[in-house]
Amino acid sequence: MEIELRRITKRFGHFAAVKDVGLHIRPGEVLGLLGENGAGKSTLMNVLCGLYAPTSGEIVIDGRPVTFAGPGEAINAGIGMVHQHFMLIPVFTVAENVVLGVEPTGRIDHLDLARARGQVRKINDAYGLEVDPDALIETLPVGVQQRVEIIKVLFRSADLVIFDEPTAVLTPQEVVEFFEIVKSLRDSGKAIVFITHKLGEIRQIADRIAVLRRGEIVGQAEHPDAVSEAELAEMMVGRPVSFDVDKKPYQPGPPMLAVKNLTVLRGNDEIAVDNVSLIVHSAEIVGIAGVQGNGQSALVEALTGLTHVSGGSVTFNGQDITQASTRERHRLGFAHIPEDRQRTGLIPAFTIAENMVLDSYYDDRFSKGPNMLWDVVNTAAAHAVVDFDVRTSSVFDAVDTLSGGNQQKLIAAREMSRDTDLLIASQPTRGLDVGSIEYIHSRIAQARDEGDGVLIVSSELDEILALSDRILVMFKGRIVAEFDGATADKGTIGLAMAGRY
Amino acid sequence: MNNAQESTVGLSEALLRRAAPSRAALEDLVVVPIFAVVVALVLGAAAMLATNVDLATVGRSYVALLNGSVGSVNAISETLTAAVPLTLAGLGIALGFRAGMFNIGAEGQLLIGGMAAVIAGFSFAGLPAIVHVPLVLLAGALAGGLYAAIAGWLRAATGAHEVISTIMLNLISYRLVDYLLRLDFIQREGRSDPISQSVLESAELPRLLIWLDPNLRLHAGVFLMIAAVIVINWLLFKTRLGFEFRASGENPDAARYAGMKAGLIIVLAMGLAGALAGLAGANQVSGVLGRASPGFSAGIGFDAIAVALLGRSHPWGVLLAGLLFGALEAGGRQMQVEAGVSIDLIGIIQALIIVFIAAPLLVRTLFPWGFRKAERAEREE
Amino acid sequence: MDKETTSSTANPESRKLDSAKVRQAHVSGWILLGLAVLAAVVFGAGSEGIATFRLSRPTDPWALPNLSIPAASTNYLIAALLAFLGVRQFLRGNVRWTSLSLGSGLLLAVIAFLVWATAGKGFSLTGMLQATVVGAVPIALGGLAGVLSERVAVVNIAIEGMLLAGAFTGALVGSLLGGVGGLVAAVTVGGLFGFILAALVVTYRADQIIAGVVINLFVLGVTSYVSSQVYSEYRFLNNAPVFAPIRIPVLADLPVIGPVLFQHNLFVYGAIIMVAMATYYLFHTRLGLRARAVGEHPRAADTLGINVYRTRYINVTMAGMVAGFGGAWLTLGSVGRFDENMTNGIGYIGLAAMIFGRWHPVGALMAALIFGFANSLQQKLALLNTPIPSEFLAMAPYIATIVLVAGVVGRARAPAADGQAYVKE
Repeated sequence: MEIELRRITKRFGHFAAVKDVGLHIRPGEVLGLLGENGAGKSTLMNVLCGLYAPTSGEIVIDGRPVTFAGPGEAINAGIGMVHQHFMLIPVFTVAENVVLGVEPTGRIDHLDLARARGQVRKINDAYGLEVDPDALIETLPVGVQQRVEIIKVLFRSADLVIFDEPTAVLTPQEVVEFFEIVKSLRDSGKAIVFITHKLGEIRQIADRIAVLRRGEIVGQAEHPDAVSEAELAEMMVGRPVSFDVDKKPYQPGPPMLAVKNLTVLRGNDEIAVDNVSLIVHSAEIVGIAGVQGNGQSALVEALTGLTHVSGGSVTFNGQDITQASTRERHRLGFAHIPEDRQRTGLIPAFTIAENMVLDSYYDDRFSKGPNMLWDVVNTAAAHAVVDFDVRTSSVFDAVDTLSGGNQQKLIAAREMSRDTDLLIASQPTRGLDVGSIEYIHSRIAQARDEGDGVLIVSSELDEILALSDRILVMFKGRIVAEFDGATADKGTIGLAMAGRY
Repeated sequence: MNNAQESTVGLSEALLRRAAPSRAALEDLVVVPIFAVVVALVLGAAAMLATNVDLATVGRSYVALLNGSVGSVNAISETLTAAVPLTLAGLGIALGFRAGMFNIGAEGQLLIGGMAAVIAGFSFAGLPAIVHVPLVLLAGALAGGLYAAIAGWLRAATGAHEVISTIMLNLISYRLVDYLLRLDFIQREGRSDPISQSVLESAELPRLLIWLDPNLRLHAGVFLMIAAVIVINWLLFKTRLGFEFRASGENPDAARYAGMKAGLIIVLAMGLAGALAGLAGANQVSGVLGRASPGFSAGIGFDAIAVALLGRSHPWGVLLAGLLFGALEAGGRQMQVEAGVSIDLIGIIQALIIVFIAAPLLVRTLFPWGFRKAERAEREE
Repeated sequence: MDKETTSSTANPESRKLDSAKVRQAHVSGWILLGLAVLAAVVFGAGSEGIATFRLSRPTDPWALPNLSIPAASTNYLIAALLAFLGVRQFLRGNVRWTSLSLGSGLLLAVIAFLVWATAGKGFSLTGMLQATVVGAVPIALGGLAGVLSERVAVVNIAIEGMLLAGAFTGALVGSLLGGVGGLVAAVTVGGLFGFILAALVVTYRADQIIAGVVINLFVLGVTSYVSSQVYSEYRFLNNAPVFAPIRIPVLADLPVIGPVLFQHNLFVYGAIIMVAMATYYLFHTRLGLRARAVGEHPRAADTLGINVYRTRYINVTMAGMVAGFGGAWLTLGSVGRFDENMTNGIGYIGLAAMIFGRWHPVGALMAALIFGFANSLQQKLALLNTPIPSEFLAMAPYIATIVLVAGVVGRARAPAADGQAYVKE
């Protein structure tokens, strides 16, 4: 199946997420679609798979223009998409998820699950996917869940398979396995679109590359070897980029945060953090690498006083703070950039000024007796906005009018404009454009240069490597390896992230 | 931060300018409620016509509705009297909304608060009114607050959804009141039906207009209502506690991450909401009814939900909505007497108003011409 | 174990961790022990003589003799059983049986209570069970309406209003066209309100709880208005025929089971059939799978070409129809006339039954039977003249619901997207 996108434009209100894009997708070929976060990659593909209707332009399949009224029609036309956030129903089995929407039925609409299971097994065998059709999705690791998504697409006999940032949740080893699957799909004649912002990956897997920037195609390469990573990066961002972070030589101070045998349980009594010990010195960035879901979130919640600690101790500058509340830790000099800015970092409906004092409103500077001193708050917020380059017209604007990058800068401004000792930053640049990433990284490095201890948790290995003085790897709730940040090797860390170190 | 003060004064001033509210926000705030009220009245007329009321009577009933609500001193007195409990309980529900709690339980809290007030009102003989009246009000607020705090505590400690638990607490409160009213020390002497003793004269909220006409029922509760509006407005928008309430209401996770004590905030917000509902109950027994009987809450707790919604959970909005609903209530009685149209029609009108308030999209769909001009204006900006 | 730091050692297996399941088992253990003490001290020591339970009327074809048991010793036996169940909760390895133990413990406690209340007197057990089934009908149908709509993630507070609308329409149309016509009209109007709820929350994106509350207020307003404005003048409009009981041949003559299950009118059988059909629909059909997918993860369903909005409309409308049928029971199934606010909170109890039944039709039916039991027990208690005020017994189902949603004995899991609007981009 050959697909052509002709001058596709998609607007949301005044904002054109995709402008005049033309693309050619051929069978038996992997088209790499490169672009940084917010470049319009996902929007473009959502147009292709029928979730969005294009504002203008047309989709041509095998020479015939088509329009999709909904995802169902795109599926019928042979287009399948594996979304970045899996579209699986956690309480359903694999077989139920796979057949959903195209269920085999018997009389009076009876759901024929036996047939569904058989069909899943058949695809399993054909592509060597090895997924148990009766397993509940919520019990499966993400790598397997992704294979379920692939089975779903194959079950609908898709000729075009779109993968949206498929490797974000995988270990480097799982990525290798995943690439094998992609290649076998390609070799069986499917057309593949592979969306990513990772330069290394795209050159490994793509047969052809198209680069998207601010909704427009800014470059194409007929062969991945025809362009260098640096050239791709420049095309993607629009200017030369260096991924190195400027910081002073590593001279750690005295230990600041000491964690000993820390154990944290999840709500269902599973062990999330298993006997973890670590130390963060002052003037040091410690990076915690690991695939998402290996206990990093629980570790951060325990360190910031947000979750109940089941065992072990946490000391800060010699003081035992295992049982201290979030507020107490905050007073002691903790700064925390939470992993999900929309859900836990900000109150989207509140103004910038209100968000700026979200965790310091009780301070004597901002309140007197029971009363808030809103004038002081607003002025302070205006200064912080300037200081941290948050682009806004007024501190009274609601935060949900800001872009992701500006929201993250706002959180950084809130947490780092105070006089703090320890910064705990969780996924500090997730989903940001390169400019914002560089800015946040430089502020983090600056904090460390000024003597703060910094703990970075990130599932982006590149980010950990760029920032960290020391690297710890977390796997299944344990710290399984430690590396020197200056000499660490990506491949070895990757092995450790998969628990094979 | 300190040195920034002098360096960027110019920039900061621009940043400190407040943008005028957008046209769409203004429409939602002003145009939609007006449409809602007008359309509800029109549909109310349609309901009358459908039930065999002739057109002349429909006209007469709406005239009576207007006369009975604002047409005379007595009408205004009745309107305010009806508005007081609605506004008090509505403030409680609005406070809950702001803190992210959907309190369906105002009815029960009002009953429990009213019972406590009645008990305090007929006990303590010999107290001067200046002590007794506040005591009665306090008893009502405290009982209502504690009763609501159960739901708050359940939510904070176990995650039990307050909608379910307050519904259950309502149902429990009906039975509890039935039970209490038959207890020897509460039941009026010589009666076998469940009815309480009357509150003492010293426990009654003073009537304000008896110098004009002894039948005017307006009582000092109206000051209580205005004070409550001012206090809640201050609490929500000017204080630390109010900031905490609003933050956890908008995004409980972010509030928790910011070090706010989510559980405490929930219990406090529910407790305060219940206290306001309890105050409404105390206001009824001490200002209007003088005693308690089954169902003395008369659905005020449910109407208060509508009042809070119509008032957009803003204290001054709640006051306006409370006055409107009070007017409908008072006018409805006149309508029943003069035009012979059942006061239950008011219930339909109130429900319809809320339908349109809760679904502004519906109003925009039904009356696109009311908004088209505004949309064009926005595009030009 | 490390002597210095008792809270932690290197070996995770030997660490004693704060575990929710164990805590739960212990809480249940204490509850059971408390019930044991209650059964012994109050129900055991407080009972004298023989408790007589009548099982059949003398006119029944196969009459059973009365069940007479010595009250005190029975209750001491029950107390012992409860204590055994309670102690077991504290032993290792009994974590899995927590719910079962607690369930059977509560049942035993209810039996002990009945024996105590009946001690020295006679009491018609069959009559009470029959009243239980009848009383459970509207609750079960309300609960089923809740299940159908919450399975597609639309919170249904409006069950109360839908029941009331069904009752009202049943009486009005039933008076004009007869029972069957009334029933059809009641189901139609119930469905109409389901459709309105769906329209408000799906198309016009009103808050689900607010929309439900509003429908309740609206229906209460309209029905009250019409009954005071119209019925007072035209009484014949509120005088509907009542559906007669249908005796199922042979089965109806069985002792105990016959009167309890097989001598009812259309509504009881209808409720049971609907529960069965809903179970089949939700868990064994293609459409049911899709409906549940919409309730759990609407975006996923959307990407697979399932129409989320249409699914919600259809299911919530069906929920309204079920509630309309349940409402009709109040008029066409029992008294034949409509009274203002005659549902009196049954819809909310239905909502509780849905939660109690863990969003499953059969579970909702079971929960409705428990609530119906508590209700009929309350009425019979007045006859037995016990020192417990009947109001407290009437509260029991509500308190039980609060305890359940508080998760003291294991939390029920609602559909993941429950209460959330789905906005298609």
